[in-house]
Amino acid sequence: MSVDLATVKRVARLARIAVSDQEAERMTSEINGILGFVEQLSEVNVDGVEPMTSVMPMTMKKREDVVADGDKAADIVANAPNSDRNFFVVPKVVE
Amino acid sequence: MTDLTSLTIAEARAKLSDKEITAVELTDAYLAAIEAANETINAYIAVTPDKAREMAKASDARIGAGKAGALEGIPLGIKDLFGTQGLHTQACSHILDGFRPHYESTVTQNLWNDGAVMLGKLNMDEFAMGSSNETSYYGPVKNPWRAKESNLDLVPGGSSGGSAAAVAARLCAGATATDTGGSIRQPAAFTGTVGIKPTYGRCSRWGVIAFASSLDQAGPIARDVRDAAILLKSMASVDPKDTTSVDLPVPDYEAAIGQSIKGMRIGIPKEYRVEGMPEEIEALWQQGVAWLKDAGAEIVDISLPHTKYALPAYYIVAPAEASSNLARYDGVRYGLRVDGKDIVDMYEKTRAAGFGQEVKRRIMIGTYVLSAGYYDAYYLRAQKVRTLIKRDFELAFHAGVDAILTPATPSSAFGIADEDLASDPVKMYLNDIFTVTVNMAGLPGIAVPGGLDHKGLPLGLQLIGKPFDEETLFKTAHVIEQAAGRFTPSKWW
Repeated sequence: MSVDLATVKRVARLARIAVSDQEAERMTSEINGILGFVEQLSEVNVDGVEPMTSVMPMTMKKREDVVADGDKAADIVANAPNSDRNFFVVPKVVE
Repeated sequence: MTDLTSLTIAEARAKLSDKEITAVELTDAYLAAIEAANETINAYIAVTPDKAREMAKASDARIGAGKAGALEGIPLGIKDLFGTQGLHTQACSHILDGFRPHYESTVTQNLWNDGAVMLGKLNMDEFAMGSSNETSYYGPVKNPWRAKESNLDLVPGGSSGGSAAAVAARLCAGATATDTGGSIRQPAAFTGTVGIKPTYGRCSRWGVIAFASSLDQAGPIARDVRDAAILLKSMASVDPKDTTSVDLPVPDYEAAIGQSIKGMRIGIPKEYRVEGMPEEIEALWQQGVAWLKDAGAEIVDISLPHTKYALPAYYIVAPAEASSNLARYDGVRYGLRVDGKDIVDMYEKTRAAGFGQEVKRRIMIGTYVLSAGYYDAYYLRAQKVRTLIKRDFELAFHAGVDAILTPATPSSAFGIADEDLASDPVKMYLNDIFTVTVNMAGLPGIAVPGGLDHKGLPLGLQLIGKPFDEETLFKTAHVIEQAAGRFTPSKWW
């Protein structure tokens, strides 16, 4: 499989990365290079093979459903480029 | 008095405990070395001298009171991927500009709890994506090694290039690193140092900036095998904050050093003899086989038939997980924000300005392979191939193999800004051909120096072990180290 310029622009949009036409062109050829490289996976017979879902076989650890941490609003917004009274400030999204 | 920066961790530990030297003296020696060398090597992107001296002073007090920890007074460098409270933590990316976490990663907290001293944060490929440390926002790291009669600057490998260069140039006693596809073992091989990627789940990932969560694992880079064992003992733990942290006690890895490997079965996988591999790498591998045989190990030929599919499967799984993990960098919660006409425009401009080319490329690949209609063909198939890769290893171990010996890399260190590699991303990816299988299967792997090539540059051997059998790797790597010797670059910087 390979991608064309329109697909690359659509994927960039999905990934929320602004790309110029020139960048999109360069990316198209690079991505096609990588897709060409991974193409060899299609020759592997994976019939009846389970996909890996856990690297080490173990049951998922669960913890007590109790409050163990929190009350740290100021810490959480401390690194925000823009915040106001412990809220993140973003450009207006609702008209 | 000997140069304090030439001491291994084990040697410094003995001198500190005998009160021959103080932690403050040792730390000052490293700070002076960094001051003199870092402008050239560029291993550190943030040095923390005040914090280092304060921690060293506290170490001296604890040593005086007879309360020394396992790493008391030992000065370490920390890869920029580890969250360190109130300090530079940016994965060497522009998008995390100014980020100062309000928490400490479990691995670094474990080190401080054992008395280690922090010298600063180390350079790396942006978000750990790279094999040469050239994708860092802070510029490339120079390898302390140069070819004979050459002034050409070489890469230290990546992504833990700053960690490996700092250890090799004696700008820290040891360093933390992380490995997603070879990022500990390849730079260790390029700099004549020892690096171990432990079993997935051995070191907590909590507080470490995520790249590909099912592959990422922290580990140390050190001057020798013993030091790597000492560091891993402190870094590893069982952590309730990481659901993939495994509930197994951390053994005393250092106790394995010096144990006999007589009667051990070492597997030699025929699939690692790849086309175009330099003769020197093959010769090094055979030398490794001979050393282990001399030490009483039995050598067996094995087959890991899905080896060649590990790298292509990795370049689906790792970008897919990365595209998901890196979605959080949106200009809202931390780091860089570039204003736009609306919120989507702000996201797109921020991410366009904040991520470098390699990171963008991987996010794009990951977004594509996870997008509607392609998930089964790419991601699901790659995860099935991953099961087959893991099964290959399980069959070999089940047949009685204790560890597997391979080369660590297909070449020695290459030049900074190598045009051939820069023009073709896939060529750069091939650097990880021998290491990436280990991440795909979640196994432990150690890189240990085996010798120098005709250019006088270090080459490494890799040992792969059973899950949570790091002790076998340490004892076998130590046998290789005893036979090969240790390698130090001559100082030009």
